Amino acid sequence: MGSITILESINRALVDAMEADEAVLILGEDVADPEDGGVLGVTKGLSTRFGDHRVRSTPIAEQAIVGAAIGVSLGGFKPVAEIMLMNFTTVAMDMIVNHAAKLRFMSGGQTNVPIVIRTMTGSGFANGGQHSDYLEAWFAHTAGIKVVAPSNPSDAYGLLRSAIDDPDPVIFIENLPTYFTKGEAPESGHRVPIGKASVVREGSDVTVIAYAKMVQEAAAAVEALASRGISAELIDLRSIAPWDRETVLASVKKTGRAIVVHEAVTPFGAGAEISSVIHENLFHALKAPVQRLGAAFCPVPFSRPLESAFAPDAAAIEAAVGRLLT
Amino acid sequence: MTNRTAPDAATLVAIYRRMALIKANDERSRKVIMTGRLVMPYYSPRGQEVIPSAVSANLNDNDYICTIYRGTHDMLAKGVPLKDLWAELAGRVTGTCKGKGGPMHITHPKSGVMVTTGIVGSSMPIANGLAWSSQLKGDGRVTVAYFGDGASNIGAFHEALNLASVWKLPVVFVCQNNEWGEHTAYEKATSAPRVADRAASYSMPGIRVDGNDVLETYAAARDAVERARSGAGPTLVEAMTYRFHGHIFGDTDAYMDPERKAAAIAADPVPRFREWLIEQGHAAEADLAAMEAAIDAEIDQAIDYALASDFPDVGELSRDVFAAEAA
Ligand SMILES: Cc1ncc(C[n+]2csc(CCOP(=O)(O)OP(=O)(O)O)c2C)c(N)n1
Ligand SMILES: [Mg+2]
Repeated sequence: MGSITILESINRALVDAMEADEAVLILGEDVADPEDGGVLGVTKGLSTRFGDHRVRSTPIAEQAIVGAAIGVSLGGFKPVAEIMLMNFTTVAMDMIVNHAAKLRFMSGGQTNVPIVIRTMTGSGFANGGQHSDYLEAWFAHTAGIKVVAPSNPSDAYGLLRSAIDDPDPVIFIENLPTYFTKGEAPESGHRVPIGKASVVREGSDVTVIAYAKMVQEAAAAVEALASRGISAELIDLRSIAPWDRETVLASVKKTGRAIVVHEAVTPFGAGAEISSVIHENLFHALKAPVQRLGAAFCPVPFSRPLESAFAPDAAAIEAAVGRLLT
Repeated sequence: MTNRTAPDAATLVAIYRRMALIKANDERSRKVIMTGRLVMPYYSPRGQEVIPSAVSANLNDNDYICTIYRGTHDMLAKGVPLKDLWAELAGRVTGTCKGKGGPMHITHPKSGVMVTTGIVGSSMPIANGLAWSSQLKGDGRVTVAYFGDGASNIGAFHEALNLASVWKLPVVFVCQNNEWGEHTAYEKATSAPRVADRAASYSMPGIRVDGNDVLETYAAARDAVERARSGAGPTLVEAMTYRFHGHIFGDTDAYMDPERKAAAIAADPVPRFREWLIEQGHAAEADLAAMEAAIDAEIDQAIDYALASDFPDVGELSRDVFAAEAA
């Protein structure tokens, strides 16, 4: 069992998917090898191995990228489009929301759009207000789009393979600061079903629900809580849309307390939806109101102390759980 | 009319048939709305019949088109069956899209109509992708993206033309310049005196034609389609035309110069081409009259069929959102 980074596992998933199915294509800015296989090398080696026609660097034109992905998928291919940073999806929103998400429904099921949009984001690298946002709620709020956000190499591989298999558009969110986090290497062909959470650690006092980098922060918090005699159950949601109600509700039914942690700002975030569903289903089983913990409601700041205070970290999660139990 | 390498009589008559169908269908659409038999947003293509009729004469059944809300002419010219179209306009389960798309979102892959968008400019980036799929497969298909003059001012147009040129995609961009974008005149909104000039920025041929002239439009479309099919890349065709009615049904079009409009209507390309066909001996009046009568009957049948069809079940709300019903 080797050790692999999230970045490497994404690369490996792309290689395996392209190897397994000739219909899989990659497009995006700088993705081909003459352009270095991506600014961080996520797609390194792919154009050399599979050819320029299957791995194509594009102009800096996000509408054109997503539009081409949609069109080529209507022609029978399975494109993986890279939108370098999640904030850049904003200039392709028409293609994503009005077209990718809706063509299956509006065509009465005659056409479908089996595309994956890989995009990275996350605060912590001093990239400021336009390069680090978590916008998953925007997409989760749109009927017709699936959204996933892995927290470790094995899930990154398995979710990406499932996203490529999926007959509908999937937004695959990568976290920049944890690209080099190592973990267990996935087996080739491994799949993580979309919509299935994983229970990272079992516990009985409180359920902590997180995804993406917040899983790593929450894991540290849960560890610290354990040393204080608090037994917290940690759920890695992995898929945000659809999300695994069954696993979450079963856990909260057992613990009677829940907190949802995400890096996106709190108001109108995924945490609001999850909290609401828990209240609707388990009101009488709850020992305390469900809590939400997200980033400060402001653009991602630049200055180091501001950025450090912006998103939740292990200490903030530990403190919030402590408050929930008192 | 110009007489450059004219198509044969059968092709010319087939083009006329499409034009007559579009004109009759438009007149019937307006009547059906006016008499309250059907409520729908309707963007009349009247006056623009020649463009898709002449373009489609150069396309195969399996070539793709992406069109826009003002697109019934493009759809009919590409071969969407009247019954399926009308049932969709009426929101019935027998429609192309089970009534779930409506007038602005007709999809009919069997006739190559892959996307109809209600978003200005958005036919073009998706047309590129379809063309890319043909390039990858080497299936020889061509994709046509239809759009209006107003759409040449939106980012999607520029992004799409640039990509199509860099990738040498088998796509033809057909701008139907009807002098208006909603209530705003072309000159007031467009920096280029001709949309076709914009092709120069993208190193592709840009051709402006009289889009009400069948032979000229046919010839330009033929060149562009051949160029795309041969792998030489995209072309921008700007076809000049005029919108006979307001932007959408119910628009009083007070902003349109009545004299200019009257002149355009007086030069109606449909009867003009009909006369020419007869004059040139390509068709006999009686045959065209019979063709028109058959079209009228077919439209009536389609409307009756549509209005007699069932509405979709409300269960459709949760169908086709995803491949399987959402959990
Ligand atoms: C992105 C976007 N902005 C605005 C509109 C509203 N709108 C619908 S049609 C139209 C005019 C478009 O003009 P043109 O491209 O010339 O096409 P035409 O309607 O003349 O065929 C506008 C502004 C829209 N549908 N999409
Ligand atoms: Mg116009």
